Amino acid sequence: MTDALKTEPNILRPDEVYARLVGLHEGLSDEESHRASAALVLLLANHIGDEAVIFAAIAAARRQLRPGT
Amino acid sequence: MANAPSIPVWKKLDAGPVPTTTRRHPVVVVGAGPVGLTVALDLARYGHPVVVLGKFDFIAAGSKAICFSKRTLDIWGRLGVARPMIDKGVIWNVGKVFWGDATEPVYQFDMLPVKNQQHPGFINLQQYYAEDLLLAALKECPGADIRFGHDVTGLRQQSGQVELDVASGGSAYTLAAEYVIACDGNKSRIRDLMRLDFDGRVFEENFLIADIKIEESRPLERWFWFDPPFNRGQSALLHKQPDNVWRLDFQLGWNVDRQACTDPAFVDPLVRGMLGPDIRYAPEWYSVYTFQCRRMKRFVHDRVIFAGDSAHLVSPFGARGCNGGVADADNLVWKLDLILRGEAPATLLETYNDEAITTADENILNSSRSTDFLTPKTPASRALRDAVLSLARHHPFARPFVNSGRLSTPVSYPQSPLVTADVPGETWAGVAPGSPALDAPLGSGWLLDRLGGRFVLLTNGYRGEWPPGVDLVDLADEGTGAALAIERFDLTPGAACLLRPDQYVAARWRRPTRGAIEAALSRARGLV
Ligand SMILES: Cc1cc2nc3c(=O)[nH]c(=O)nc-3n(C[C@H](O)[C@H](O)[C@H](O)COP(=O)(O)OP(=O)(O)OC[C@H]3O[C@@H](n4cnc5c(N)ncnc54)[C@H](O)[C@@H]3O)c2cc1C
Repeated sequence: MTDALKTEPNILRPDEVYARLVGLHEGLSDEESHRASAALVLLLANHIGDEAVIFAAIAAARRQLRPGT
Repeated sequence: MANAPSIPVWKKLDAGPVPTTTRRHPVVVVGAGPVGLTVALDLARYGHPVVVLGKFDFIAAGSKAICFSKRTLDIWGRLGVARPMIDKGVIWNVGKVFWGDATEPVYQFDMLPVKNQQHPGFINLQQYYAEDLLLAALKECPGADIRFGHDVTGLRQQSGQVELDVASGGSAYTLAAEYVIACDGNKSRIRDLMRLDFDGRVFEENFLIADIKIEESRPLERWFWFDPPFNRGQSALLHKQPDNVWRLDFQLGWNVDRQACTDPAFVDPLVRGMLGPDIRYAPEWYSVYTFQCRRMKRFVHDRVIFAGDSAHLVSPFGARGCNGGVADADNLVWKLDLILRGEAPATLLETYNDEAITTADENILNSSRSTDFLTPKTPASRALRDAVLSLARHHPFARPFVNSGRLSTPVSYPQSPLVTADVPGETWAGVAPGSPALDAPLGSGWLLDRLGGRFVLLTNGYRGEWPPGVDLVDLADEGTGAALAIERFDLTPGAACLLRPDQYVAARWRRPTRGAIEAALSRARGLV
């Protein structure tokens, strides 16, 4: 499954991208932040389109919090 | 049995007399709801005598199903009752989705993806009209013995038959049947008498169903609201029925006083919130509905077979309850017909069990997912839901995520043991084995009308032989009037597909042979 998902570095300017991700939440309430994250995930998921990649990313995101689930 | 005080009567029926002689019937259908009546009508049209027992001596009014799908209409069309349903029904094609305070919809959609079919994507019709029309057709059938006011109170399965105890108008009698079809609804007495399971979950969610009459005209559209100002934090639905009746559906949440919620004083502000302060309306029927998603582990229990709400229940989102039950009837009856005629082994019923459970599981899955979208259970799922809705306004990609009910569509069974897989190496577009036939214009009529309820070899100019028990419909004879049918089944010259009596594709070949057709026919009859 994870084969479909790129986990090697793939972004040219990580600091720039990271700052933008943090910037997304600037001035937002917790609830708005939740929604902004959700919107970002949906936009990126649609852009990727490939179910295998999306499911592998979901699994990887969950695994770092709850290994084995 | 007399009227049940809590159930409103739409039409009084004559109670059937208590029979004076005892004889064994091939099939007894318990329950005269839409599913029982469809089963009985289908059986009677195949020429089988059939007894129908209905607990009440009336057709109930009140709020039940209103949305009937194209597949249901195709099935009722095969039984000759679709036309009056469509004539009476309301056809709608546009759905609008609203969110929050905005008066403009987040988006709107067009319902019918496939054009050039006889029946519309959906009609709205009060369930009592559907029951009344099914009953009228059933009464025309010579073999139908319809007994209203006959309540089944006991059941015994014995060797080769089922015995039923029936109570009617103060007297009681016993009835024997080769097969009993239990279409006795969600509180199925038969299921209880047999001590059978009914697994699943009851959602902690209540809906106020307000059917009201409005004289002023409004667009024929399905409107759905997420979190509207008149029902904060909840959802709402507006849908048209015949006779200027509209269904208003308000999500209430849990822990509500169900009695208080049907008080006109409680309902009125909701109605005015949805339709405007000056709306003039008259109440038809108010009720509170708590839904469940559950099904029996098996639908076939030797000679007792469950169909409809007795076997499975879903949430109302997607209109999958009655439509799912009619699909059961469609799947079951041709198999029972072959068994009663001795043309198929009784084990063919096992494929009803498999295929109907496949349908029920798909319906339960879809309606559970709709429920999760409608009622997010956690802050994270609410954030996702709200993100979908706010993105949907400007970004088409988000609209397919919006789930206000996935409307009932027929279920395919590519894995069914009755299906013959495509010949390796052949490539196909078109309706695949295990899927229901798609209608298309044919000459001056329609393809599905020509298929009827029998095994059909649908071909584009096959000139070879075919086995008995199969009728040929050759699209090559139709000239240009069959172009769309040929395309929808991808029938190249000489190709053919075998259709089951329920109009599902069983097999197809680019180069059919008599031997291959015969093998597929045996498979579809459960003989291999
Ligand atoms: C508010 C609401 C909205 C709905 N909307 C839709 C919709 O839009 N589309 C849709 O497809 N579905 C909808 N449904 C679901 C739909 O109404 C049911 O799925 C449908 O009625 C099931 O039909 P049935 O014949 O299996 O059972 P029922 O309609 O419940 O009929 C059961 C029959 O069995 C009889 N019976 C019971 N016990 C006995 C006994 N012991 N002896 C003899 N007879 C007995 C009863 O009298 C009755 O005639 C809705 C339901 C509700 C409540």
